[in-house]
Amino acid sequence: MQRTIIDFWVGLFVMAGMGALLILGLKVGNLTSYNTGESYTLIGNFENIGGLKIRAPVKSAGVVVGRVTDIQFSLETYDAVVTMGINSYYRFPKDTFASILTSGLLGEQYIGLSAGGDEEMLTEGDKIMKTNSAMVLEEMVGRFLFDKAAED
Amino acid sequence: MSEPLIEIKDLAFSYSTRPILKSVNMTMSRGKVIAIMGGSGSGKTTLLRLIGGEIKPTAGYVKVADQVVHKLGRNDLFRLRRKMGMLFQFGALFTDLSVFDNVAFQMREHTNLPESMIRDLVLMKLHAVGLRGAYHLMPSELSGGMARRVALARSIALDPMLIMYDEPFTGLDPISLSVIGSLIRRLTDALGMTSIVVTHDVQESLKIVDYVYFLADGVIAAQGTPGEVRESVTPFVHQFVHGEEDGPVPFHYPAEAYPKDLKLERHLA
Amino acid sequence: MPKRIITSIQAVGHRIIDGIWRLGCAARFFILVLLKSAASFLRFGLVIREVYFVGVLSLIIILVSGLFVGMVLGLQGYETLQKYGSESAVGTLVALSLVRELGPVMSALLFASRAGSAITAEIGLMKATEQLAAMGMMAVDPIARVVAPRFWAGVISMPLLAALFSVMGVFGGYLVAVVFIGVDEGAFWSSMQNAVDFRYDIVNGVIKSCFFGVAVTAIAVFEGFDAPPTAEGVSGATTRTVVTSALAILGLDFVLTSFMFRGVD
Repeated sequence: MQRTIIDFWVGLFVMAGMGALLILGLKVGNLTSYNTGESYTLIGNFENIGGLKIRAPVKSAGVVVGRVTDIQFSLETYDAVVTMGINSYYRFPKDTFASILTSGLLGEQYIGLSAGGDEEMLTEGDKIMKTNSAMVLEEMVGRFLFDKAAED
Repeated sequence: MSEPLIEIKDLAFSYSTRPILKSVNMTMSRGKVIAIMGGSGSGKTTLLRLIGGEIKPTAGYVKVADQVVHKLGRNDLFRLRRKMGMLFQFGALFTDLSVFDNVAFQMREHTNLPESMIRDLVLMKLHAVGLRGAYHLMPSELSGGMARRVALARSIALDPMLIMYDEPFTGLDPISLSVIGSLIRRLTDALGMTSIVVTHDVQESLKIVDYVYFLADGVIAAQGTPGEVRESVTPFVHQFVHGEEDGPVPFHYPAEAYPKDLKLERHLA
Repeated sequence: MPKRIITSIQAVGHRIIDGIWRLGCAARFFILVLLKSAASFLRFGLVIREVYFVGVLSLIIILVSGLFVGMVLGLQGYETLQKYGSESAVGTLVALSLVRELGPVMSALLFASRAGSAITAEIGLMKATEQLAAMGMMAVDPIARVVAPRFWAGVISMPLLAALFSVMGVFGGYLVAVVFIGVDEGAFWSSMQNAVDFRYDIVNGVIKSCFFGVAVTAIAVFEGFDAPPTAEGVSGATTRTVVTSALAILGLDFVLTSFMFRGVD
């Protein structure tokens, strides 16, 4: 096929467009930190998840170790069932404590894992027994006022 | 006299209810130049479009090379059209292609010829119309006459058996006009094809054609060889050939009586 | 008086019926273009040629507008966010609004007025100068040879242009917020990367721009092909392309957004 200068420009254009998509993925988006490797699921029941959302990070000691993959309401226990995908590289003991935390006063909510001391490790599909619900601001304010009133 | 290439029988066509052609009969032989003349709006261009199969007749048929055009399927029609050329009024060159690519267009679309052979063929076709030196120009750089010559070269690209010319002489200076006229005649003779020229340029076309049909009001008003036409005493033909302003084709559009329109009756009365 | 009312009602009715008619024609034409596209993929050189005309030649306007839109977003975002002391979130604001909405929508609007109108005018003029009829008489189908390559070139170019628009926008936001105003660079990028999800935000943006590309070029080629073969006809068709495309883009954007972002996030 005959090559023309137009082909060159079109090639350059397509390359630039693909490059732009790549930049969007790597520099603007979270493709770099995207969990493409193997992961295993853990489940935790929470009394109240507050504003937790799907894809929220799961952190341990501030390091992202996984993401929330699913949130359901259980009709048996009447609480929230949160499914997490944890990077296979990170293993946690059986007695790990999961709590819903907030980054900053108004920031987004995430699940914090604090490792326990058990010898056995959590595996695929295991349930985290020890959970701590989200702090709900209204409840906190309510309790504070109640305590104040009780002091008087 | 060779066998007829085109046979038109009882052809009629109308746009919704407005009749354009009513019962036209013609036969055209191979190797001839045939002119179809008539005033503006007499259905000449419609006739060409019927022959090319762009539109279907309401009655009658057109037979080209023993095939009834409007009964052909799409593929057969396209196969037939490869053997037809058409020269549009202003050339209709592809404005985004150069002169060379315009002439090469059909060869590239319909054949698998190698590029070197296409080049030779294109230059031959351009040479035939005297524009070999202009192969690199774009259509916008051509004069009206040159554009039409290029379009002529393009329409003979695949050596068709039939070329139709839609008003090939319109808007040309006298020199370009006679160049196009003699090209039509020469190419028809050299390639042994049939040419149908739709025109209202009487003097130029009478010089080159073999037979003339006059269309008026959707029927053939007169026909004959150029010699017969020149000598014709039929009022319509006489008016047309000599360009008289009044005659069977009236100068005035049909209207109420002039005094009545100007509301003069009262004063006259 | 009632007669006048009746005629105006009749006029409205005529316009509605005419609109339905045209929509039907457009749908039929669209399917025809899709059916006859195989040939233009076999001869991809034709499509590449048109990518040059609709894509490469739209680059300048897309890049410059993207830069300015991003700069404005950076400035406005900073103005508002600094009141709440969260000016580092300006990166999030710029990136999310560009990747999700402004990138696909603005570039599609610019594309419609730059390339869409050019496609309509070109096809309309080819029709008015009998080039399409000539092509048909040469046994070459104008839809396969002229319309389909332009259609696919537009569909290919649109997402690429939208991505370039977004990148230029983010760069413009970066220029204003980080370089001129002095927001912390690390916070700018990290808040952005935390908030923008590749599959959820970026891929959805690309899908949107693909839809816009199909809509704009389909409208452009139809208006061109359907234009009355006169100078006024072509200029009217060009105007209609831009107006109809703009409406289609914004309407489609709402529909797509409501499908893609259901407030799960």
